[in-house]
Amino acid sequence: MFGQMAKAQVDGARAAVADLIGARPQEIVFTSGGTEADNLAIRGAAEAAAAGRKRHIIASAIEHEAVLKTLKALSRRGWSTTLLPVDESGIVTPDALEAALTDETVLVSVMHANNEIGTVQPIAELAALAHRRGALFHTDAVQSAGKLPIAVDRLGVDLLSLSAHKLNGPKGVGALWVRRGVRLVASQTGGGQERNRRAGTENVPGIAGFGAAARFAAAALAAGPADAGALRDRLEAGILDNVPGAVVNGDRERRVPNTTNISFEGVEAESLLIALDLEGIAVSTGSACSSGTLEPSHVLRAMGCSPHRTQSSIRFSLGLGNTVEQIERVIEVLPRVVGKLRTLARPPQQVGA
Amino acid sequence: MRIVAAMSGGVDSSVAAALLAEAGHDVVGLSMQLYDQRGGETRFGSCCTLDDLHDARRVAALLDIPHYIMNFERQFDAHVVSNFVRDYMAARTPIPCVRCNGDLKFATLLDRARGLDAPTVATGHYARVERSPDGSYLLKRGVDATKDQSYFLFTLTQRQLACARFPLGALRKPEVRAYAEARRLPVADKPDSHEICFVPDGDYAEFVERRAPDAVTPGSIVDGAGRTLGSHDGVHRFTVGQRKGLGLSSHVPLYVTALDAASGRVTVGPRQALERSTLSASEVNWIAGAPPPGPCRVTARIRHRHPEAAAVVTPLEKDAAQVVFDTPQAAVAPGQAVVFYQGDAVLGGGWID
Repeated sequence: MFGQMAKAQVDGARAAVADLIGARPQEIVFTSGGTEADNLAIRGAAEAAAAGRKRHIIASAIEHEAVLKTLKALSRRGWSTTLLPVDESGIVTPDALEAALTDETVLVSVMHANNEIGTVQPIAELAALAHRRGALFHTDAVQSAGKLPIAVDRLGVDLLSLSAHKLNGPKGVGALWVRRGVRLVASQTGGGQERNRRAGTENVPGIAGFGAAARFAAAALAAGPADAGALRDRLEAGILDNVPGAVVNGDRERRVPNTTNISFEGVEAESLLIALDLEGIAVSTGSACSSGTLEPSHVLRAMGCSPHRTQSSIRFSLGLGNTVEQIERVIEVLPRVVGKLRTLARPPQQVGA
Repeated sequence: MRIVAAMSGGVDSSVAAALLAEAGHDVVGLSMQLYDQRGGETRFGSCCTLDDLHDARRVAALLDIPHYIMNFERQFDAHVVSNFVRDYMAARTPIPCVRCNGDLKFATLLDRARGLDAPTVATGHYARVERSPDGSYLLKRGVDATKDQSYFLFTLTQRQLACARFPLGALRKPEVRAYAEARRLPVADKPDSHEICFVPDGDYAEFVERRAPDAVTPGSIVDGAGRTLGSHDGVHRFTVGQRKGLGLSSHVPLYVTALDAASGRVTVGPRQALERSTLSASEVNWIAGAPPPGPCRVTARIRHRHPEAAAVVTPLEKDAAQVVFDTPQAAVAPGQAVVFYQGDAVLGGGWID
C-alpha cells in the first residue's frame, strides 16, 4: 500500500510535468536533472542511430556544457559534430542550420532559452529544417520551462529537457520528454523503471516536488503575463539610466522575462559579483565551474563580444519572491559599487602583458 | 575595518584568517585560483579545483566568514609562470614565490580587496610589519626563525607594506598548529607545502620543457679550464651549486659552478670553485623606499635556507647593489634573491645577477 502511494505521487507528478509542456505523461522520463536529460537525449539518439551509417550531430555554440561536453565526448568516439554560430544578438539563424545539415545528421540540439543571456531561439523553424533532412531535434528547455508557455507540438521538437529547480522545484531532479515513437537507447541500464528508458529507483520525493512545482508554474503561466518581466525591465532600465558604460548583452526582445545580462565597461565581473554578494545581492557571471571560479563565457564569445565585454558581464536573474524594493536597492547600490571598482581598475594592458 | 584574508587552504593562512576573525575584524576570505588544475582536460575522478581551495572554503565556513575564489590564472601566468620559465631558459634559478607575493598578493589581490572596501590584505606569512617612529614601515623577520618568510617579501614597497597584515609574525609554527587543533580547523594536521605550487611533482625541468619546448638546446659540460667533460640536455636542468645529476665520474665531487645560456655551457668544478666573495644584484628594493646613503654592514641571505653571512652592501645606480662578503660564500646562484638584514629588519633585497 505504501508502494502504491509512492507510485501515485510519481504518476501525479508525471501528469503535471507533461501538462506543463503539452505532452502525454507516458512520454516523460524522470532523470536526476537537466544534465542527465541532455545526456540521455544526445547519447540515446546517437546510440540508437549507431547501427546505421549516420554519424553527425549538430548543436549551437551557446549550449549548456551538458550538451557541449557530451558532443565532445562523442566526437572522440568517431562522431562528427558541428557547432552552429550565433549572431551578435545571441540567436541561431535558420541559415546557419541549413548550411550545417547533411544527410548524415542524426540529431540537432538547440536550447530553447539560453542560460546566460536568456535569448529564445526560433525552435519551431529550426526543428522543421532538421526534420526536412531526416534528423531528430532536441531542445534544452531548462531555462524556459515555467517562464514561457511551452507546447511540444507547437515547437515541433522530438526531445526536450527539463530541470525541476529552475522552476522552483527541488534540486537533483529533471526530466526528458521523448516524443512517442522516437527511438532512444537507455544510457543507464538495470531495472525497468521509466519504461526501460532510465533504470534505477525513482527519486520519489524529488519527483513529487517537481510535480508540485510544475503545477504551480502552469497555474502562474495561465494567470497571465508574469511579473518577472516587469521587474526585470525596471531593473534593466534603472541600471542603464544610472550606470554609465552599461550595455545589455543579447537580444532584448526575444528572451525569457526573468533574465538580463549586462556588461559594465572597465569592471572585472568577478569583483562586482563579490562586492554585490557582500551587499546581500546575489548575481552571477557566465556560468560558474564547480570550483566557483569564473570561466570566460563561451556564450558571449560566440556572439563576438570582446574579451573585455565578456569579462565584465553580470547576469541578473529574477525569480519568485523578488520585490520592487529589492530592485530599487540594486539600482541604488550598483552605481556606487561599479564606480568604486572603476577607480581601482588597473589598465587592462597591465594584466597579462 | 574590513580585511581580506588570502586563504590558500593551508594551515598558516587558515589560522591567520581565524585570528583576525576572532579579533572581531570583518574578514572576507579570498582564494586565488592560479593555474588550471585540471591539466587542460577533465579526467574522471579529478576535480576542477585542487582540494586546497575546498579546504579554504571549509575553514571559512567554520569561521563563519564569507569566502570567494578569484580566478587569477591569467595574471599568475603573466607575472609568475612566464618569468619562471624565462629565468630557467636564461640559466637562472628563479623564486616564483617572491613574484607571487609582490606582483599578485600585494598587487592584484590588494586592488581587488580595495574594491570590496578592504584596505588591507592579510596572509599567513611568518614575517612582521612594524611602524617606525618616523611613520615608515619596517619589514621584520617572523619570530619563528625556522619558519621566517621575510626573504620572500623583500620586494614589498612602503605602499604595499602599509596594506599588509601578517597575523602569524609573532607566532611559532607549533603554536599555529596548536591553535588550529584547538579551533578544530579542518586543516590542522595538513602537511606544510614545500614544492612550488604549480609544479607539484617538483620536476621543474620537465615543466620548463613543456612550456618552452623550442627553447631547449643541448650543450656541453666543461671544467674550469674549458675541457669538455660531457654533454647535457639543456641549461635549465642545472642550478649553480648542484652536484647530483651531472652524469660525470670523477674522483672529487664536482659541482656546477657557472651556467651560460648563450653558449649552453655548464661549467663544473670542485667545491672550492663554488666560492664567491662578491655578487651584484639588480632590481634592488630598499624597504625604506630609498637606498641608504652609502655602504652598510648587513647580514646577507642568498637563498631561502642560507644561514646568512656578514657582508657590506653598497647601493649602486639603477637599482643595483654590490655585496662583499666577509668570508666567501658557496653557490651564489643567479636568479635567486639576496636579502639584506640589519638585526631583525629587512633593509632590502634584489635579484642576483
